[in-house]
Amino acid sequence: MNWMSLQVLLGGVSQYSTAFGRVWLSVVFVFRVLVFVVAIQQVWNDEQKDFICNTAQPGCANVCYNKFFPISHVRLWALQIIFVTCPSLMVVAHVKYREMKDEKYITLHKGDHLYVNPGKKRGGLWYTYILSLMFKAGFDAGFLYILYFLYHFDMPNVTKCTEEPCPNTVDCYISRPTEKKIFTLFMVVSSSVCIFMCICEIFYLINNKVRKFLRKRRDRITDSNYRRVDPTASSTQNLSNLEKAKAAAEEKESEPT
Amino acid sequence: MGDWSALGKLLDKVQAYSTAGGKVWLSVLFIFRILVLGTAVESAWGDEQSAFKCNTLQPGCENVCYDKSFPISHVRFWVLQIIFVSMPTLLYLSHIVFLMHKEEKLNKKEEKLRDIQSKGEDVDVLLRKIEIKKFKYGLEDRGKIKMRGGIFYTYIMSIVLKSIFEVVFLLIQWHLYGFTLSAVYTCQKFPCPHKVDCFLSRPTEKTVFIIFMLVVSLVSLALNVFEFFYVILKRMKDQIRESAKNFESACNIKPCPRNLSSYGYYNDCSAPAPVPNLGYNLDTGDKSNSSDNYDKQANEQNWTNYSTEQNQLGQTQRFPYPEKVTLGKDLLLLKELEPRPSSRASSRARPDDLDI
Repeated sequence: MNWMSLQVLLGGVSQYSTAFGRVWLSVVFVFRVLVFVVAIQQVWNDEQKDFICNTAQPGCANVCYNKFFPISHVRLWALQIIFVTCPSLMVVAHVKYREMKDEKYITLHKGDHLYVNPGKKRGGLWYTYILSLMFKAGFDAGFLYILYFLYHFDMPNVTKCTEEPCPNTVDCYISRPTEKKIFTLFMVVSSSVCIFMCICEIFYLINNKVRKFLRKRRDRITDSNYRRVDPTASSTQNLSNLEKAKAAAEEKESEPT
Repeated sequence: MGDWSALGKLLDKVQAYSTAGGKVWLSVLFIFRILVLGTAVESAWGDEQSAFKCNTLQPGCENVCYDKSFPISHVRFWVLQIIFVSMPTLLYLSHIVFLMHKEEKLNKKEEKLRDIQSKGEDVDVLLRKIEIKKFKYGLEDRGKIKMRGGIFYTYIMSIVLKSIFEVVFLLIQWHLYGFTLSAVYTCQKFPCPHKVDCFLSRPTEKTVFIIFMLVVSLVSLALNVFEFFYVILKRMKDQIRESAKNFESACNIKPCPRNLSSYGYYNDCSAPAPVPNLGYNLDTGDKSNSSDNYDKQANEQNWTNYSTEQNQLGQTQRFPYPEKVTLGKDLLLLKELEPRPSSRASSRARPDDLDI
């Protein structure tokens, strides 16, 4: 398994996403996964070999490195990318579940579809999608916080260390600190952009839903023939209900004549 | 980075035939174990031996102490764990492939018989027999795998084996290393001149990943246990429902119209007694792996199920037998039509059995 297989796994997600979601996925793959694989792993490649402490005491460098880097940036970002891309699989699972229900319905009801379009974000799928966006933003923010808590987004040139078995306070020198700082800032900015996009997408979806609801309410007040559409029913059921209501209304009109 | 694509391809095939719980387990396996292992864990453990420094100049001491502290590296240990834990799923897949193979053969036979039928010959009895067999061995029912008989026991066995392997590996890991790594290991082994301190690389990071992999193993184990109880309860519910249907249909016996030219099931009509026996006899005479897994009650229940399902779907099931032939002769006719193997033993592997 490598990053490309993750890409294949998530390839099917974009068809169920909004435009924001597709942009988000592209940002993740181009600015985070690609940069991670191509650049960042090379920069951090020799982080322990070139972590030199000003002492001949064996083991001092190991211990000081361990104290200063409890978990390496590279591993943190790898875990962050994995956790951030997983919630989209919830949406895929929900759509697959709907497709399965649809198939069962078709065999029992001979051709009638339960869901006109299983990927349409109505009813339960809307909530699953919103939940997945919240998880994505949450995981991203969580990992950013861990990075801040451990390293304050900084990479100093030299650190001081007094751990056993170092005989005194030794100076330890990190390899390529400036380059690492640049890439750290780059990853922080791209994570922030992704969080921002998730939040925008959440607001966009909620806004859409509120507008639809208000429009329906307004139509209901103005249009006396309006039939309430059940928001929890599927689109086909709603359509068939509307048609039945129309037919019933037409019958009532034609009866007196 | 190791190449997991071979295992990945095999497990992908299983996805289509798993229950929902099985699919979640497979996703957890792929994403949180294999992917994390390949991307993060292997790079964290990358320099474990080169950065293992001992406080001595004695050549060979570091090698010996590293070997003593880490009889098997964590990475290799987790690789073995993943392979062992995926193996029972592959057993389940091989059973499914075997059944698919059988179904294909039956389909081919059916095609041939239909060809013969179109030329005018009467092969209805044989066709009926093939339909019964297909029903018995049929894998898919409305897109979902039919979990009963042989497949059910294979699936349960695979879940049990998976759980056992997880527990065994967790116990071995706990016994060898515990679930943390300390920064310093003391070591006194030839050729080290005295007790030396040896320093690991990145012990904190490694501890974080050890705990992460431990949590994922426990989650997988929990999923297995949950799946086990779910499948068993579902099966019990199905069996209770079936026996309730049997009871109902036994209570609602009405005589069928006498002017039938062929035996058939009609709505609310009792089945003529011989026909279930017919199906039953066909089964017991047949040589196959699955028939040993079916006990007589399951056979009868299946048959009644089939008829009830057909009733529910509003179809009548006709069993065209010649009018004047008595039942005993029917059975004899069937037995003569297709050569039966003499032995009922079915546990030997046959040359045309499954290829994976």
